[in-house]
Amino acid sequence: MDLNLTEDQETIRDVFAAFFDRETGPERARAAEPFGFDSDAWDRLKETGAPGMGVPEAAGGAGASLADLVVVATEAGARIAPLPLIDHQVTARLLATVGACDANVLSGATIAGLVVRPMDGEIARTVPTGSVANFLIALVDDRLVATNAPPGNHLPNHGCLPLAHRDFAGAAVLTEGAEAVAAHRRAVDEWRTLTAATLVGIAREALVLGVEYVKHRAQFGRPVGSFQAIQHLLADLPGLIDGAHLLTAKAAWAGDRSSVGILGILDVDANDVTDFAALAAMALVAAGEAATVATDRSLHVHGGYGFSEEYDIQLYYRRARGLSYLLDDPARECRRLFSILLNDPDGLHKSSQEAGQH
Amino acid sequence: MDFSLGERAESFRTEVRAFLGEHLTPTVIQQMHTTGTFNNKDFNSALAEAGLLAGAVPGYGNRDPIELYVLFNELEKAGAPYEGLAVTMLVAGVVHAVGTEFHHNEVLKPLLTGRYTCCLGYSEPDHGSDVAAITTRAIRDGKDWVIDGQKMWTTMAHEADWVILLTRTNPDVPKHKGLTMFLVPMDLPGIEIQPVATMATERTNATFYDGVRLGDQWRLGEVDGGWNVMGVALAFERGVMGGTNPAVPLLRHIRDWAANTPSPEGGPLLDDPLLRERMGRTAIANQVSQLLTLRAAWIAATGGLPGLEGSMAKLYATERYQQAVGWFQQMAGAEGLLSFGASHAAANGWIDYDGRHSPVMTIYGGTTEINRNNVAERHLGLPRAR
Repeated sequence: MDLNLTEDQETIRDVFAAFFDRETGPERARAAEPFGFDSDAWDRLKETGAPGMGVPEAAGGAGASLADLVVVATEAGARIAPLPLIDHQVTARLLATVGACDANVLSGATIAGLVVRPMDGEIARTVPTGSVANFLIALVDDRLVATNAPPGNHLPNHGCLPLAHRDFAGAAVLTEGAEAVAAHRRAVDEWRTLTAATLVGIAREALVLGVEYVKHRAQFGRPVGSFQAIQHLLADLPGLIDGAHLLTAKAAWAGDRSSVGILGILDVDANDVTDFAALAAMALVAAGEAATVATDRSLHVHGGYGFSEEYDIQLYYRRARGLSYLLDDPARECRRLFSILLNDPDGLHKSSQEAGQH
Repeated sequence: MDFSLGERAESFRTEVRAFLGEHLTPTVIQQMHTTGTFNNKDFNSALAEAGLLAGAVPGYGNRDPIELYVLFNELEKAGAPYEGLAVTMLVAGVVHAVGTEFHHNEVLKPLLTGRYTCCLGYSEPDHGSDVAAITTRAIRDGKDWVIDGQKMWTTMAHEADWVILLTRTNPDVPKHKGLTMFLVPMDLPGIEIQPVATMATERTNATFYDGVRLGDQWRLGEVDGGWNVMGVALAFERGVMGGTNPAVPLLRHIRDWAANTPSPEGGPLLDDPLLRERMGRTAIANQVSQLLTLRAAWIAATGGLPGLEGSMAKLYATERYQQAVGWFQQMAGAEGLLSFGASHAAANGWIDYDGRHSPVMTIYGGTTEINRNNVAERHLGLPRAR
């Protein structure tokens, strides 16, 4: 048991926090609206090696763990960086597992992205990086396919994310069968984990913005942050955010263990869950809730300024929803999660310790 | 980060689970719900004989707080009567932290046998959340103290051997500065216990102290230093010692019930999409509650005092428990209202039980609002609202 970051991760956190402070942030996110992409910042990001950092060293990357990438994504989320970073990192890792991660993807010269939802025939709808990625990967039936084409037309949207529909007609098959399905599933679970990390960063900063505002905004002759009604709206958030953060870190830990062959446990009866797929789903739902609730309450305590475009909280508010609902309805994600939890034979047939004695 | 418990805590957990498999019989569980006393001295002393109790005292012995967390988490998840034990061990921890050699010999050593019980004497009829305003007086009389007053919510007092009693020793200074803590043997003349029945099936008590005379050796901490002792006790109480995973047995009961109950719309209730969604949400909340608790234990294990983190864990876990109970109570309809022993009671009456128990948990051990005040003022740095 160790809930501290490693020394390396502390360095990663500090380096990327400084990078995103310098090269991104609310002003840059606002300037990048409605398209959700800052190509200058992407060029700077390439110099840090971040696009290929999660690829194993044997495949030419820096060998960063999923837990390391969570640290980076959380810092990016806190500054709502208009960069397709996590999609690119997840896709690069996926490509490496099938031996197809080339130098351009490693460096970020080619922006890569992933279709995370089921296809509509050969069309992928509302792809997270559809309007910025050239190189897109999707699962069509049991075939992992790649298209290398100009980005699609940007779709104006709530979170100003780089969304577009993409056509996979004539896409090249990278691999097929069980291996393809498993590789894609793993990549989507990594996407869930890193999206959760981004949402944790959004939630964390939304709380900071709300607290700063209520400390300085005075009404009735005193700071509105001295009113208990305001305090209690905000006081629920640290537990919600820290809980989502711990769950996301745990999902990444489970993901890193599963990639070296350590199988997780699925025992919902004892609340003993170390299975990556289950934890990735849990993390996305919990972080989505933390981010939507934190941005909602923070915006609310800003009063009228909260919904004015001049203030930053509305940028966080819209991205919290954009990233939370991009994959699926959280309610359906909860049902999917429960099916994962139920399908475990150990869980299903275990008799409860005190079942039926009353 | 590393979320594995580690070899030591893992093997400790295996020991605890083996113990529960042997000693947590249906009779033990049934007894707590028929008597309303969530404390079983035979069960507790069996824990002591198995060598599992020394690790249950916060800050004491060679067990670390992760193992303390493991013990109470396993007891809670299994549905064991742990509440009385948690309070007793919490007092043992306070005694260990601030007590004298006399307290160690007279109180701590007996407590470690599992045969003795403590209760908490903080709240009074007119002073609950504002506990520093209590008025129970302790007045010097030669070498002795004489105590007069009344305490409320002294759960387990009818079984307890000692009460840890917060008293007013100086009414002429700001309220936090005139308090003194005592360990009071419950068999002293002048103590009267009256039962208070609760809708939660758990019995609690009102206790009355009428000219109770005791020697200065029973004072715990400095004269007028009672608030510091409270600080130690509260830091132990919130989070680590159970109370943050009550929805684990709830979810287990709901699953057993839903798998064996037909839905009016056809098929087993377990296939109902809304039920599955809510069970999924409850499973997530259970993980988050566990992680927030584990963090508090981790902070204690690495030398910190996890007061705020404990507040966050309690706040989150008890509200989610209440929400989940509300969902499942609605979904169980009429049969969900039926109690233990009633024919066709949904989940054998557990839904009714959780419906009775869950409102209690957002109140005792520091209300939701007190915990929100703590987080707002001490974590977010907002101005005092009171």
